[in-house]
Amino acid sequence: MNEKAVAYVLRLGDDALVAAQRMAALATWAPQLEEDVALANIALDLLGQARALLTYAGELEGQGRDEDLLAYRRDEHEFTSALLVEQPDTDFAATMVKLLFFSAYQRLLYEELSAGDDETLAAIAAKSVKEVAYHLSHACAWTVRLGDGTEESKRRMQTAVDELWPYTHELFASDSVWRGYGFDPAGLRERWLGIVEPVLAEATLERPVDDWAPTGGRDGLHTEHFGYLVGEMQSLHRAHEGVSW
Amino acid sequence: MNATARLRAAVATVRDPEIRVLTVEELGIVRDVDAEGSRPTVTVTPTYVGCPAMDLIRSDIAAAARDAGFPDVEVRTVLSPAWTTDWLSDEARAKLVGAGITPPACRAEGRVLLPLMVLSPPKPRCPRCGAADTDEVSRFGSTACKSLWRCNSCREPFEQMKEH
Ligand SMILES: [Zn+2]
Repeated sequence: MNEKAVAYVLRLGDDALVAAQRMAALATWAPQLEEDVALANIALDLLGQARALLTYAGELEGQGRDEDLLAYRRDEHEFTSALLVEQPDTDFAATMVKLLFFSAYQRLLYEELSAGDDETLAAIAAKSVKEVAYHLSHACAWTVRLGDGTEESKRRMQTAVDELWPYTHELFASDSVWRGYGFDPAGLRERWLGIVEPVLAEATLERPVDDWAPTGGRDGLHTEHFGYLVGEMQSLHRAHEGVSW
Repeated sequence: MNATARLRAAVATVRDPEIRVLTVEELGIVRDVDAEGSRPTVTVTPTYVGCPAMDLIRSDIAAAARDAGFPDVEVRTVLSPAWTTDWLSDEARAKLVGAGITPPACRAEGRVLLPLMVLSPPKPRCPRCGAADTDEVSRFGSTACKSLWRCNSCREPFEQMKEH
């Protein structure tokens, strides 16, 4: 078993899974019908990425764990997703800012992985990067529309940006897992800023100063919101083990 | 007809569950058909990673193969090379128009630079009246592969299969 590869792919899969779970929970709660369809589509794309990545992580591990066992039978501390994606959707503004930050990150990382040596990972990334380009443009459009919108929408967008910004640092925090396989996202922060900063500027939103930078998600140390998310995500499977459609 | 050709013919009749006018072959997702080895195999590739129709497509392919006399067929999924809408045949594109869905634009040959994001996609023509004056209503439509548009000439809504 290539432990480095397993840990690396699990992080990618867990990011997509947790982001998908958060987004899927918004179905029927969007401010308009078209947006509801959009959020459900994005959630579905992310879930597809999670399924492919977790399946691959399970194959690399070679212990017989498939996508379902990895998603539904691990406990909170075993998930290595970033803290950003588990942050709650307290407001539509938060949903869009999170999507902006996360999809810009995924867009850059998947592009690098699609040119990498791991053929399976490259194939998953090559498919996913096209989907993520749509997510990113969707988030950009809403960020500009709401940021440069009414006084109320601007205030709420700025609040979301300020609250979520600290969690973006973790995406680019290098460690032995990131350095041990694939492409280390630490090198992507400048390019990520190159995407996000102009969008915030166009949206007349202030780019926060870099200060507090919480980490821990990659080591299974999550924020207080995460236990509830995992509990809800796993409840059906734990009540009816092995259930399928 | 040899076994592989028979299996291929059987698989070719399977329709996409979401875009019923197209078969899986016209859609370009059947990668390989082989009935010469120890176990007959059909290899497919997904359109979108999370396309929920893929499970149904796989089981429809297996059913069609069983009906054609291949009870132990295996339906495999490969991800590489990644499917692209460029693989849609001209015939498939014409069928889409007939069903009121504008087909995706066909890109030039060779390496295509991946756009950072899709800010304003080129406007598709209306599949009903052919007018070029159309507006995007929503980038995300009833399925992962389609977006929603409106024709400013005949005023009808229509879908476009997104470039992918
Ligand atoms: Zn028209």
